[in-house]
Amino acid sequence: MNNSNHKIMPVMMAPRPRPDDRFQLQSWHGYVLAAICVAAGVPAAFAATDPGQAGMFETLLRWMPLLLKGFIFNIVISISAMAVGTLVGAALGLGQISLNPFVQKIAWIVTQFFRNAPWLVLLFFAMFLLPFEVKVFGLTIPLPDWLKAILGLSLPVMANVSEIVRGAIQSLPSGQWEAAESLAFSRTQVLWRIILPQCVKRMLPPWMNLYSILTMATVLASIVGVSEVMTLTGQALAAEGGRSDLLIPFYSFVLLLFFAYCYPIARWTVRLEKKFSVIT
Amino acid sequence: MDAFFEWFRVLYDETGINLPFLYDSYDRNRMIDGFFMTIKLSVVCLFFSIIIGIIGAWLQNSPFKWTRRIMNGYIQLFRNTPPLVQLYFFYFAISSLLPTMSNGYGGQQPILGGFAWAAISLSFFAGAFNVEIFRSGIEAVPDSTIEAAEALGFSRLTIYLHITLPLAIRVALPALNNNLVNLVKTTTLAYAIAVPEMLYEANQIWSDNVNVTEMMVFLLLTYFVLVGVLVWVMHRWEKRLKIPGFGA
Repeated sequence: MNNSNHKIMPVMMAPRPRPDDRFQLQSWHGYVLAAICVAAGVPAAFAATDPGQAGMFETLLRWMPLLLKGFIFNIVISISAMAVGTLVGAALGLGQISLNPFVQKIAWIVTQFFRNAPWLVLLFFAMFLLPFEVKVFGLTIPLPDWLKAILGLSLPVMANVSEIVRGAIQSLPSGQWEAAESLAFSRTQVLWRIILPQCVKRMLPPWMNLYSILTMATVLASIVGVSEVMTLTGQALAAEGGRSDLLIPFYSFVLLLFFAYCYPIARWTVRLEKKFSVIT
Repeated sequence: MDAFFEWFRVLYDETGINLPFLYDSYDRNRMIDGFFMTIKLSVVCLFFSIIIGIIGAWLQNSPFKWTRRIMNGYIQLFRNTPPLVQLYFFYFAISSLLPTMSNGYGGQQPILGGFAWAAISLSFFAGAFNVEIFRSGIEAVPDSTIEAAEALGFSRLTIYLHITLPLAIRVALPALNNNLVNLVKTTTLAYAIAVPEMLYEANQIWSDNVNVTEMMVFLLLTYFVLVGVLVWVMHRWEKRLKIPGFGA
């Protein structure tokens, strides 16, 4: 940034471009991070030279496979909840623009209700109020905890997807509808062949944003007893006898896992937003 | 009032709909305490997250490259990691580094309790979003306005306080509104570190009375109303602040 320009009177200055130096991860950031970790680890490692105890990085390394497995479970939960939520939410979103006032009202109420409720409360809702097994035609289907967690997390996703769909459809210029109607398309045809294909582009960035929020919400499942990465971290810490020097490396590791997964998604979303933005 | 509360005891006897937080004074006090704890936590976090947002957005436009980089690092870190893990990180990991103090009963207790850590962690979480929101508001203020202020001899700080910020807030309000609603919903996470807010107290009550369904429905409705009130107030404020011809 050229600070010297500030003192010149801005009378006939050429328009200066705004600095766009948003933080972007580059390879040297990794080295800096590693150096900081080592530097922070050295005094702690000296403090923990108790012969009976392993160093904190050795311990972390030993638990890493288990934690990574837990994290993969998180991702599985997030993808399934996203799939369920998107399907139901899309239907709900289309319900919100229905011409039938009854359907429209119901869809609106359901959307608002689940959008305004905290995720954790909805998760509790699904956990405690769904039965632990369902009987269909004499067939007993068990509902394990993780399945209930997926359903519980898909409720807020559903409501948010519904809003995304409604917003995208309503953001299209009404000329599109009128032009299609004048070409004698039926309402269903207009929706499926003309409106929705144009909406996909507008819906993709907020949808990806929602996915990354959902991924970060999967840790909530640990509160209700699903054994995902956060639960496993707690158990690993307990198994190591509650050493307080392990707390920071273990929790940082979990933070880092999520950051490594969500940050690329966030960057990609920003890129898509720029690419799809309408130049006016 | 007592007759009103007693009616719910009759309701329970007659229909089995058990709402102990209405007819039982002990449960009622717990629920009220929980409700006000949620409000208190929300207000504290709202306040500090907005402060963080304003200061952060100011630092993000700073002429020093490293100030901007550190600010961006903070934002990306807090936006892309789960708030619950952040909360655990603060409450368990950072808190283990701080000194303890004696609690007057001969024991040692951490210097900051669950409420303080929940407030700190959630403020930083919401603050990271607020920085970006205020920043986009600030970028919407035309360059020529700032230059006009510079020509009138305002300093960088006074330009920010008296010219940029009042205009930026009006642009940023809808997004800010959204984020604050999210923040109120995120305060339920404090349940995980045993801050006695509404979800926690409701959990206590349904553990004692085995009335999960009723408490759940009540909880959802209460949050619905709470968020509804916040949205309504913010909309009113948005309308009050509106300058004709500026903003969308």
